[in-house]
Amino acid sequence: MFGKGILKGLSVTWKRFWDTYLEDISWMLRGKKRYYTEEGIKHRSSADTKGIFTIQYPEEQLILPEEARYLPFLVYNVDAEGKKEVLCTSCGICAKVCPPQCIWIVRSNDPVTGRPVPEPTEFYIDGDICMNCGFCAEYCPFDAIKMDHDFAIASYGRNVLNMEKLLKPSSYYEGIRPQNFAREEEARKAKEAAKAAKAEAAASAAPTA
Amino acid sequence: MENETINSPGYDIPDDIKNNIAVTTIDRLYNWGRRSSVWPLMFGLACCAIEMIAAQTARYDMSRFGMEVMRPTPRQADMLLVSGTVTKKMLPSIVRLYNQMPEPKYVVAMGACASSGGPFKEGYNVVAGIDKFLPVDVYIPGCPPTPQALIAGLIKLQEKIDKQSIRTAPWYSKMKDPNYVPMPILGPDLIDVRRNAEIRDAAATKESA
Amino acid sequence: MAAPLTLTVNLVARFPNSVSADARPGYSGFIVTKESLTEVATAIRDEFGYDLLTAVIAVDYINENKMEVVYHAYKTTGGPGLVFKVQVERVDPIEVPSLVEIWAGADFQEREAWDLHGIKFIGHPDLRRILMWEGFDGHPLRKDWKEAFYEEDTKPFKSRWPDGQFYMAESKNPFKDNINFPKDFDPDTLIVDKEEDLYSSLERHSTKDDDGLKTDHIVVNMGPHHPSTHGVLRVALTLDGETIVGLKPVMGYLHRNHDKIGERNTYLQIIPYTDRLDYFNSMSNNFGYAITVEKLMKIAVAERAEYIRVIMAELTRIQNHLVFAGTLLNDLGAMYTPSIYAFEERELILDIFEEVSGARMMCNYFRFGGVVRDIPDHVMQKIKDLVFERLPAKTDEMERFLNENEILVARLKGVHVLSAEDAVRYSVTGPVLRAAGVPYDIRRADPYSVYDRFDFDVAVRYNCDMLDNYLIRFDEIRQSIRILEQAIKQIPQGPINSQKPAYQVRVPAGEAYGRVESPKGELGFYIISNGKPNPWRYHVRPASFVNMTALEKMCLGTKIADFIALLGMLDIVMGELDR
Ligand code: SF4
Ligand code: SF4
Ligand code: SF4
Repeated sequence: MFGKGILKGLSVTWKRFWDTYLEDISWMLRGKKRYYTEEGIKHRSSADTKGIFTIQYPEEQLILPEEARYLPFLVYNVDAEGKKEVLCTSCGICAKVCPPQCIWIVRSNDPVTGRPVPEPTEFYIDGDICMNCGFCAEYCPFDAIKMDHDFAIASYGRNVLNMEKLLKPSSYYEGIRPQNFAREEEARKAKEAAKAAKAEAAASAAPTA
Repeated sequence: MENETINSPGYDIPDDIKNNIAVTTIDRLYNWGRRSSVWPLMFGLACCAIEMIAAQTARYDMSRFGMEVMRPTPRQADMLLVSGTVTKKMLPSIVRLYNQMPEPKYVVAMGACASSGGPFKEGYNVVAGIDKFLPVDVYIPGCPPTPQALIAGLIKLQEKIDKQSIRTAPWYSKMKDPNYVPMPILGPDLIDVRRNAEIRDAAATKESA
Repeated sequence: MAAPLTLTVNLVARFPNSVSADARPGYSGFIVTKESLTEVATAIRDEFGYDLLTAVIAVDYINENKMEVVYHAYKTTGGPGLVFKVQVERVDPIEVPSLVEIWAGADFQEREAWDLHGIKFIGHPDLRRILMWEGFDGHPLRKDWKEAFYEEDTKPFKSRWPDGQFYMAESKNPFKDNINFPKDFDPDTLIVDKEEDLYSSLERHSTKDDDGLKTDHIVVNMGPHHPSTHGVLRVALTLDGETIVGLKPVMGYLHRNHDKIGERNTYLQIIPYTDRLDYFNSMSNNFGYAITVEKLMKIAVAERAEYIRVIMAELTRIQNHLVFAGTLLNDLGAMYTPSIYAFEERELILDIFEEVSGARMMCNYFRFGGVVRDIPDHVMQKIKDLVFERLPAKTDEMERFLNENEILVARLKGVHVLSAEDAVRYSVTGPVLRAAGVPYDIRRADPYSVYDRFDFDVAVRYNCDMLDNYLIRFDEIRQSIRILEQAIKQIPQGPINSQKPAYQVRVPAGEAYGRVESPKGELGFYIISNGKPNPWRYHVRPASFVNMTALEKMCLGTKIADFIALLGMLDIVMGELDR
């Protein structure tokens, strides 16, 4: 029969149309909220999603996976006296590895001795060149630069990030990437423990020297 | 819902007619109408265009903002979403499209490439940012901006529209085509005809290779 | 990689005076003299049976004062390829005989070599610039050509570190922009090219039809801004009524200078750039590039990583083909609904990519020797859910939704695309070749990675019409699901990279051509290393670009309404076409 194929196709759209309402009813019967809840969003982005598929940004937001990357930021620790301790040592690996070469690092010298000090005076990333590749974060040996999750950064002008805009506390980093943070902390602690053990061993091996 | 955005603050409406009546200023009404029906030009350049399409589809659904009406002709479009790398070869076409759009018109630079040339900035066929030629209203960093980031940028554009006033809008002034951009020419390289004199001088003083 | 020994003997033995084996360390193949190139090429095609010329690549050896053109020929029955090269003095005019007569697929690639390297192909029927515009100053891929924002020959640039001071590239250029003009150039006296060459290559005349009515051919330009050219492609058409009598694609509107930037990048830095080639399938692009560099470095890939790579590449193929069906229907006038359904599955697959790699589209997931990150357990579960349940069901649904639709069938059935001989002659690869009845799939013909361990069929159809071209995409989705099911079952535990993470890799000198079956066809990478941290030559052999060569052949004589659908069949993506 001519038109059978079209009808068959329409049955698919028809089913898809009703799926939304059937899902809504089934969620209602189970006493759960399908919209504006984390559970609902999770379900709508899982493999069993049916019916309406829309995540209503900005009221709802997709749950970003831990690895999601946008622009980079620099991590700083706050020490006991509340002083900022920037982790970056201006070693330059990120600037070297960056594919579009959008990182500029100004190294600093100690004002008194004139010797180079690790912390950079300035750190620029041209946010409008950065290709969000994540290499800088991947290859930084000091875990000092990390990829941000914040994507709502549209602006009315060009977006050159300097140190002030780039610096974010490590608690923020822990917030967006808990697993990575935990892993790195563990590695750092293990390293420090090994160092301490070595120092102790050295101290006890040569007490009189 | 709508009442809240269109209603001017400063007027108290009795509770019983709150859903039936709104007191507003012309500017508010006018801007509310414009910002809720920003029609983009159906125009994709590169990778970012795919995210733009994704933003149109079910999951992000730009029609929630009145932006689903993609117009293939510039005569009916309000917004030029420059979604991708602007090459020199393509630029004359883009400028022509822009000139053909009726006022009021907006330009959104989506992604690193459109904002500044992005990762391909150094390339010989790449224009270092569409803002060298067209007045850009919103810059959205990212490579590519995810659909959510794009929508966040478009919300920024809506905010910008909200701040405009019918009294000062340039498109009602006597000036003919206030935003007209002269067509660039393809010669030995891209020529911005507004800068002819400057180019001639620079070429004359250039040391020969 | 290296041609088998027997063949080596054969070609040199067959042409003792004009062919010699390429003896440079790390290189393979044969060097053919310029004078006998046509003769040798004919023999390679007819006597040795290498019917598919996949790549024509120009290389500038400025230090040896030579230009080289490298040809890669393969057999459609499978097996390794044959590489032959011709070398010429690097003195203008550089001339090489054209092979368009022997392999029509050389057409655009030779034009590209003319455009970017300035090699004149003698006997080429239509040697115009292809990616840049006519009148552009210079041939940019030559090693002594410098662009406006030139800083240093190779990255990393010193100005970033150690002497970092922020500046914009504009401030260092005398023209304060990304432009460069010859000395004493005056824009006011410029004579602008009106594309006469293009229009004269489109034959144009008036005809008298049977009733004595005089009709004119008209020229129509479609694009670069056109809703259904899949990006910024322009096609100039000559029409006789509604019939296409002349057609020339004009491209380069998205030419982003991949090769030039790639030659400045370090090997690692190229990976994210390959993402942006065929931006639908960044994983396949990564794959092709990674195996090429691994070939050069002669390293093995971690076992688990091989499987992860296959899983990602096949997921990519599925989403690409679903979106193909959606956008094709868009082009045919079924606006939005099919593509919205297709994008739904695509979003779910992209979620997986985002979770493993961090980004939805530009994954940057492969590293030399493996991949960057393991698949977490919950993502593996998600992949399983998709592969074992959702995707098969949704593919069925999509087929039920579209494939019997009478309008669609009427539109597609019986519209001839390409015959098998033409497809091979024009170097078409991918689904279009297989829909013409040639079961040529690199995953089988020249297996890479671990594809030889899976049980799957090469999808092939024989009617050469649009309907077959469309249906074969669904066949391929099913085969991909089959591969995925096996890969998920077989994937071993273990490390995901055989190498230590390093931002600078050592690549021994030599050349390598690696290719993968991307969803659009053969995606090849040709890399020449001179032992430095940056490649000397980096060339992408894109499937879309070479497939475009056949567009003219496909469309001549058809109605203009079918043109959009025929173009859709090629499943082009501009990022890869123009690079
Ligand atoms: S790699 Fe890390 S420590 Fe080194 S300069 Fe970059 S951010 Fe700083
Ligand atoms: S994410 Fe990539 S492009 Fe961006 S700053 Fe880091 S290395 Fe450079
Ligand atoms: S910003 Fe990135 S994703 Fe967008 S067009 Fe440029 S390279 Fe492609």
